[in-house]
Amino acid sequence: MPTAGVTTVPAAVLDALRRAGRGLAWYTRGLVREDAYERYVAHLRATHPDPDHPVPTPRQFWREQADRQDDHPEGRCC
Amino acid sequence: MASTTARGTGPDGTADLVQDPSLPPVALDPDVRDAEDRHWTPAKIALWAGIALLGGVSWVVIALVRGETVNAIWFVFAAVCSYLIAYRFYSRYIEKHLLRPDDRRATPAEYRADGRDYVATDRRVLFGHHFAAIAGAGPLVGPVLAAQMGYLPGTIWIIVGVILAGAVQDYLVMFFSMRRGGRSLGQMARDELGVIGGTAALLATLVIMIIIVAILALVVVNALAESPWGVFSVSMTIPIALLMGCYLRFFRPGKVSEVSVLGFVLLIAAIVGGGVIAETSWGSELFLLDKVTIAWGIIVYGFVAAVLPVWLLLAPRDYLSTFMKIGTIVMLAVAIVLVRPVLEVPAVSEFARSGQGPVVAGSLFPFLFVTIACGALSGFHALIASGTTPKLVEKERQTRFIGYGGMLMESFVAIMALVAALSIDRGIYFAMNSSAALTGGTVEGAVAFVNGLGLQGVSLTPEMLTSTATNVGEETIVSRTGGAPTLSVGLATIMAQLVGGTSLMAFWYHFAIMFEALFILTAVDAGTRVARFMLQDSIGNVVPRFRDTSWRPGAWLATAVMVGAWGAVLIMGVTDPLGGINTLFPLFGIANQLLAAIALAVCMAIAAKRGSFRYLWIVAVPLAFASAVTITASVQKIFSDVPAIGYFAQHAAFRDALAAGETSFGTATSVEAMRAVVRNTMIQGVLSVVFVTLAVVVILTAVLATVRAFRAGGGPSSEDAAVPSRVFAPAGWAPSPAEKELEQQWAAHGPVAGRTTPAVRH
Repeated sequence: MPTAGVTTVPAAVLDALRRAGRGLAWYTRGLVREDAYERYVAHLRATHPDPDHPVPTPRQFWREQADRQDDHPEGRCC
Repeated sequence: MASTTARGTGPDGTADLVQDPSLPPVALDPDVRDAEDRHWTPAKIALWAGIALLGGVSWVVIALVRGETVNAIWFVFAAVCSYLIAYRFYSRYIEKHLLRPDDRRATPAEYRADGRDYVATDRRVLFGHHFAAIAGAGPLVGPVLAAQMGYLPGTIWIIVGVILAGAVQDYLVMFFSMRRGGRSLGQMARDELGVIGGTAALLATLVIMIIIVAILALVVVNALAESPWGVFSVSMTIPIALLMGCYLRFFRPGKVSEVSVLGFVLLIAAIVGGGVIAETSWGSELFLLDKVTIAWGIIVYGFVAAVLPVWLLLAPRDYLSTFMKIGTIVMLAVAIVLVRPVLEVPAVSEFARSGQGPVVAGSLFPFLFVTIACGALSGFHALIASGTTPKLVEKERQTRFIGYGGMLMESFVAIMALVAALSIDRGIYFAMNSSAALTGGTVEGAVAFVNGLGLQGVSLTPEMLTSTATNVGEETIVSRTGGAPTLSVGLATIMAQLVGGTSLMAFWYHFAIMFEALFILTAVDAGTRVARFMLQDSIGNVVPRFRDTSWRPGAWLATAVMVGAWGAVLIMGVTDPLGGINTLFPLFGIANQLLAAIALAVCMAIAAKRGSFRYLWIVAVPLAFASAVTITASVQKIFSDVPAIGYFAQHAAFRDALAAGETSFGTATSVEAMRAVVRNTMIQGVLSVVFVTLAVVVILTAVLATVRAFRAGGGPSSEDAAVPSRVFAPAGWAPSPAEKELEQQWAAHGPVAGRTTPAVRH
């Protein structure tokens, strides 16, 4: 219901905005490798179809991930 | 279903690369691809003709039209149009004739997939990731210093250099490393050039990293010295990073975007707070530090950051730095396009010819080409392009977009930095970038010095210097060398025209200082850590225990050695009576370009062993140019009898003056300062000799390997065995119509059941 003075935003525009927002979120998550846990779990599931195969909890995974970086430093350029 | 593991027998190891017949095609049919390339619709022709025309007109405006002023927008058009044409035509030419990627082959991310280091990553995300890893403060600093030669030499070198050299190097190194499971440049050098060439390459890389870290740190010191505001806000990044690290470790693991937003808000608060604190008497007293104190602060910080666990400091800083980097660069681009500053600078200045410029000494050839390293050709990229990124590439043909395209983006950053530096008044530019040895560090001294340069159209007044300093919230802007303060003034001027006017200039200035310091300190952390591992690995050849990187005493000792090495160079630069940046920056550029020459030499040897002799010029031309530049520059630095240029000439001049019993000489006003010059020039000279010797050894061994391969019509390949791929993805940012069709086939096919990783022998 449009209120006085406020123009309604067409659904298509809202939809496009929502899609752009989702795209941006997907991109930034990928950029800083925030999706590392999901990817690792997906990899485990694909390579070890056995449902009892242990999967780390997010906390375990991130702790391990950070500690691994200690031994695999990545260069940053000038 | 059984996946066939191909063992290559053909020239590219692809003879029996048979794909799983139950899957949709994993690669575009080469004929379809060629037809798509060659299909020139009228709209496509019009588009490319338009790009070529706009680019051509822009180049004419920049290079040939000699008006009083030139609008910055022409630089943006000239750059973007040149990049588009180079990307569409030249990089595709390299792809087709020299590298010949094959999407039927699995990439390391597929055949070695481990869900951690080897992870197939969406090409668009990886492009951003790679760009964030290669771009830093380098492309922001070099062009600023080179602006003393006028706008044209720098612009041509940045654009032509990246197209023919820089982007080629990044692309080739990335592709060859990908074919080798993501092997590092050092390992590839050993594989291709043998023990001597490989060892020289490894040693050169280590020494070059030390010098690069030292000079980057020097840029930060110069930006923060005598600036309570800057010191406060940059030091606040440490507690902010610690907080972010703990948040991620103990409170919300993995929530990187969330913690980055928190960090960003705190960062802005630190910049605003810095302004308030610098106003108070205690704040300005506490945070007003001289260069030597700040240098020691960075040295201690560098050591601590390199031995602390990554999660606590380095990783959170890196997140902040990534967001700041991309955000600021987009902001700068938008601001330049909207504001379109007018540049009142000659196309080619007096100093391009005379080589007597106060900012960095030396004539256009070779010193322009070493002053602007990052942005045109940066050897450091070879360390990033081999290693991390190749392990994440999904399909072979994407390396063109990520490697070549990523470097074009960095070049664009360099062009924007050049424009920002050129948009400030020329008198102010020289007052900021001439060392204190020349200006005396005072407003009066700077005005007298700059006006005494006899530059056309330059008349500096004390008022201009003091009002600019007040506007940006600094005590003084005289002799703030290193490029970062100049760029920050330029950025603040441009941003102030967009929002906020002069009242926000101080904020924008310190925002710019903050992001440059953030990039550099991240590079210092990461560089120290990488160098430490390289050193431990090298010592490990003699004392095996050092190989164990978790062995604390070894790690601490190796870190101390590396920090000590770059720290010594940093202190030397900070206390140098001759000014620091102007004597050391050429060493940075030479080091970076020598590394590029090494990387290109390794690529040439690899390309020759693949038998691509007809197209070897694609590597040989930039290699010859980089070698000519760096060897000429080194030879001048070593043998020139002009004291301003030759390290040993300077050394001899001061030594003789001391021997003659003089107590002041040139810009050194005491015997102690004269002794410092004698010592510093000797160290710098010896470093130059070491660099150039190592690089010549690598280049010679590479030429030898190339000639040998030429005689034999090719050579043994050190590539991993070809494994058939089981995935498809488009090559560029947007999929082509044929790629879209394939994507639909894959979507219809559904997820690949039981997609496993074929075993590969190493």
